[in-house]
Amino acid sequence: MMQPRKIIMMKKLLWLWGAASVAVLAWGTRLALFVAPTEATMGNVQRIFYWHVPSAIMGLIFPYVNFIAALVYLGVRRKSVTAADKADAFALAAAEVTLVFVSIGLITGMLWGRASWGIWWTWDERLTTYLLLWLLYVSYMLVRRFSSTGQTHTLAAVISVFAAIDVPVVYMSIRWWRTQHPSPVFFGGKDSGIDPSMMPAFLWCLLGWAMWGVFILCLRYGLERRRQRIAYNTALRAVEAGLEGNA
Amino acid sequence: MSYLLTVLHHLAKDLRLEWRSRDAITGMLFFSLLVVVLFSFAFDPTAAVSRQIAGGILWVAVLFACVTALNQTWTRELRNHVLDAQRMAPSPASALLIGKVLANFIFVTAIQLILAPLFIVFYNLHALGPKWMLLLILPLGTWALVMNGTFFAALGLRTRNRELLLPLVLFPISIPALLAMVQATTGVLTGDADPVLWIKLLAGYCIIFTTVCVLLFETVLAAE
Repeated sequence: MMQPRKIIMMKKLLWLWGAASVAVLAWGTRLALFVAPTEATMGNVQRIFYWHVPSAIMGLIFPYVNFIAALVYLGVRRKSVTAADKADAFALAAAEVTLVFVSIGLITGMLWGRASWGIWWTWDERLTTYLLLWLLYVSYMLVRRFSSTGQTHTLAAVISVFAAIDVPVVYMSIRWWRTQHPSPVFFGGKDSGIDPSMMPAFLWCLLGWAMWGVFILCLRYGLERRRQRIAYNTALRAVEAGLEGNA
Repeated sequence: MSYLLTVLHHLAKDLRLEWRSRDAITGMLFFSLLVVVLFSFAFDPTAAVSRQIAGGILWVAVLFACVTALNQTWTRELRNHVLDAQRMAPSPASALLIGKVLANFIFVTAIQLILAPLFIVFYNLHALGPKWMLLLILPLGTWALVMNGTFFAALGLRTRNRELLLPLVLFPISIPALLAMVQATTGVLTGDADPVLWIKLLAGYCIIFTTVCVLLFETVLAAE
């Protein structure tokens, strides 16, 4: 148990971090909307890139956080209850942040696709893999909700391991699928590099979204830890009441 | 050696149980038959079109049938606390899984053997590619579905709505396998594409996921 003063200190630091991430995001967005040059072929539509790509990148980083936390959970589950609870809370927080970032990535990507390709969706390798990532994390959250005893952490951790293996396989298989049937739209032009004058806006947005993700992760982790503590105390009190009743 | 013996014991027990009740097989068979008939009404395909879609319909029918049967495969063990006894038994937990997967594999293969002639009749099928490859595709695809399905059915045992949970978890995880089975089968039926690449993917999927399921099964079985 931490000292109350230390908790208050950490809370202040966290809110400071949150404010800083909002400030960085605002600055990045300003650069993206007003300072960065207009793209040659797509025009102003391309400016969604500065939010789409950073959230898509974050949506690929946070699943690893979830996966590592799940592995830690499976490893320490039998050894230490506190460590297992911490790992589980961390895994849950990372999964929720993943789901948010992947949703933002999908929605902004569809808007952009509609504007520049003329279609909302194509079964391109990257889009399909991303959609699968979204589906897997929805089922991860569902397993956690469907528990009868509130004890599905182990099962959720197992699903997390499966998700981590499944996503690369899907990426590979869709790539094969698409090389056999040529894709109607070409994707990946942006990876061939962007103009250096666009770089500052992109990097500031990336930093802003990363800081925001970490902020939400810590907030959600603290909330989940508190929920665990309340559940633990309630159970303890019920046991004590039972003992007194018997005495 | 004793591991193999345990697996065989589990397999024999499941086969005997199924032989006495015949619940899973009749249910699956009638269900997949209905799916085949319904799709035939829904699309009303010509011979050329049916070659394109039959692979997909076959595997979707098998997938749905698997889900209906696999939900029952572990509830059987819950009666009289058999599963608790299994949990305490000194034999390796994965032997139980392998035995059950083998039993389910045999059931689903039996369904496919009955379904295949019906498919040819109802959809007017005439394969243009190398037909013998289906002998590889069907077992590999069935193994991929049954392995993951049995594992996730065990995972859903201690949840509410376990009937609903199995497809919600199984379908997303099986997407690459399903894609590979459908592409390979369509490749054989139409003769347009080479199915070898997809068979390789399917074999790789089977190896990877069998390993993971076997490694993680003890965790799932012992989970609170």
